[in-house]
Amino acid sequence: MNAATESLNAPDSSSAPVFHRRAPRRRYLRIFGLETRAELMKMVRMPAFVVPAFAFPLMFYALFGLAFGRGQEIGPVTMLGYLLATYGAFGVIGANLFSFGVGIAVERGQGWMLLKRAMPLPPLIHFLARMVVGMVFSLLILVGLFALGGFFGGVALPLPAWVKLAAWLTVGGLPFAAFGLFFGYLCGPNSAPAVINLLYLPLSFASGLWMPYEVLPGFFKALAPWLPAFHLAQQGLGIVGAETHASWTQSIVYLSAFTVVSLVAGIAAYRRDQESWG
Amino acid sequence: MLSVVDEALTDERQDGTRPGNEPSMIPGTSILPGGAPSIARLDGVTKYYGKVTALDQIHLDIRAGEVVGLLGPNGAGKTTAIHLLLGLLRPTTGMTSTLGHEPWSMAARTRTGAMLQIAKVPDTLTVREHVELTASYYPASPPVQETLAHAGLTGLETRLFGRLSGGQKQRLMFALAICGGPELLFLDEPTVGLDVEARRELWQCIRRMADAGRTVLLTTHHLEEADALASRIVVIDHGRVVAEGTPEQIKRHAVGSHIRCTTRIEEATAAGWPGVSSVERSGATLRLVADQAEPVVRRLLDLDAELADLEVKSAGLEEALVSLTHGNDNTSEEVIA
Repeated sequence: MNAATESLNAPDSSSAPVFHRRAPRRRYLRIFGLETRAELMKMVRMPAFVVPAFAFPLMFYALFGLAFGRGQEIGPVTMLGYLLATYGAFGVIGANLFSFGVGIAVERGQGWMLLKRAMPLPPLIHFLARMVVGMVFSLLILVGLFALGGFFGGVALPLPAWVKLAAWLTVGGLPFAAFGLFFGYLCGPNSAPAVINLLYLPLSFASGLWMPYEVLPGFFKALAPWLPAFHLAQQGLGIVGAETHASWTQSIVYLSAFTVVSLVAGIAAYRRDQESWG
Repeated sequence: MLSVVDEALTDERQDGTRPGNEPSMIPGTSILPGGAPSIARLDGVTKYYGKVTALDQIHLDIRAGEVVGLLGPNGAGKTTAIHLLLGLLRPTTGMTSTLGHEPWSMAARTRTGAMLQIAKVPDTLTVREHVELTASYYPASPPVQETLAHAGLTGLETRLFGRLSGGQKQRLMFALAICGGPELLFLDEPTVGLDVEARRELWQCIRRMADAGRTVLLTTHHLEEADALASRIVVIDHGRVVAEGTPEQIKRHAVGSHIRCTTRIEEATAAGWPGVSSVERSGATLRLVADQAEPVVRRLLDLDAELADLEVKSAGLEEALVSLTHGNDNTSEEVIA
């Protein structure tokens, strides 16, 4: 058995590209682990990030949902169930936008990103670590929202639906990490928080994350299907049993296209940043 | 005497190195240790930023085991030179190489370490977290404790970067530069903004690395710093090398020796002596500047047996640098500051 697995592994590793042999996978895994821990600790110890990222979605849900929305219904679901999906989308988008957008812009301003570039750190490992941290924060925000909705809002979903909602929103939030990457390399450290908030908040409103799509004014109703956050929320709404205004296929195609465009723009901004340093 | 780069000599240098007979900017001196191999070089490098010429056909060779002080006024091209050797920038024309590789290659980066001028790291990570993380990037990094000891940070492992003093912060940046066990260290203005004590502490750390055989390229505004650390000084201005040599050789370009004493000797008398370039009296104190101190001091003592408070100082690197980069008054001010 052992001999068999060894002989299977041997040709595999020898046919691996050269860079794998020179830089063992185990070292890259260790870098990834430490990089992820560092990103996580950095955020946890920074109230300027943690407080708004957690407080806004939870507070909005408590105010608009628990305080005002009790007893109301939107189509087949309660207002409290509905808002769980939309504020979930809102929170996840924020975690990704701020981790990538504001985080990168600030650290570029400090010169940390430049210093890292002078070191033998493969940039992809750094971005993957940031992505994982964005997902961890997304999950934490969702757990907080689910606790509010489940314990205080009387939202009763079968377990698979809770899991499916959390998984969809966490994964579906990743395109916004790519979007944040672009602004992180486009904006300066001082302008980034302002620019990102100016995009984040109005887009959230226009995508029906604060007020249900059904009650949005006509102009926004026409605009919403063109916005990526709308598609993230709509499929979340489908999971909680609400009526949706976009099919899975539409939403996935749309979010994929949004990811590709954001990544291309993000990589271009990253390259431009590398060349502009002196 | 010597102030502007000598074209003929520069051209000679680029032909290659002839051990033991290295042509130098300063006539009659040999600067580089003959046999040490070059481990980083800029070869005829020009770098433009838009219309601004940061480096102009510069040649720079760093040899194994050297501590090279790159000296020059603001905007001379020091940081650009370091960024090119770190592969953070590509030259407009010319060749760059670091440890026999392209400076931006992983092969070069795993064997170099750097302190950059504007770099700060996040406040919310501890000293140990920062060093551990950075050390993990390098295949042959020494134990974290050893790095912390070399950087004088033992005992501060759990302190957040934001809670460190200015000197400690700078030593952490130094720790990040050495934590991968680099053969070649780039230090861009490592002690800028530090008080005297903190600066001396960092100097000790840098010396320890140099004594351990690491090669160091450091840029600085503090001429005293280059004097204290460097085995060779390269003075650049307007993107060109204007002089290079040992600190002593560079200092020889200073105006001369400064002599100060309390004496009754007349200004006019002293002014007539050979080699004396200026005499100035304030009260009982006479100040002289001379090419060479010894003959002048002998005359002073012969003439006035009661002469007291004698002080002789050779002109510092500051004066040398001003005379080497003269013709640019603004930047000279900067250099002295």
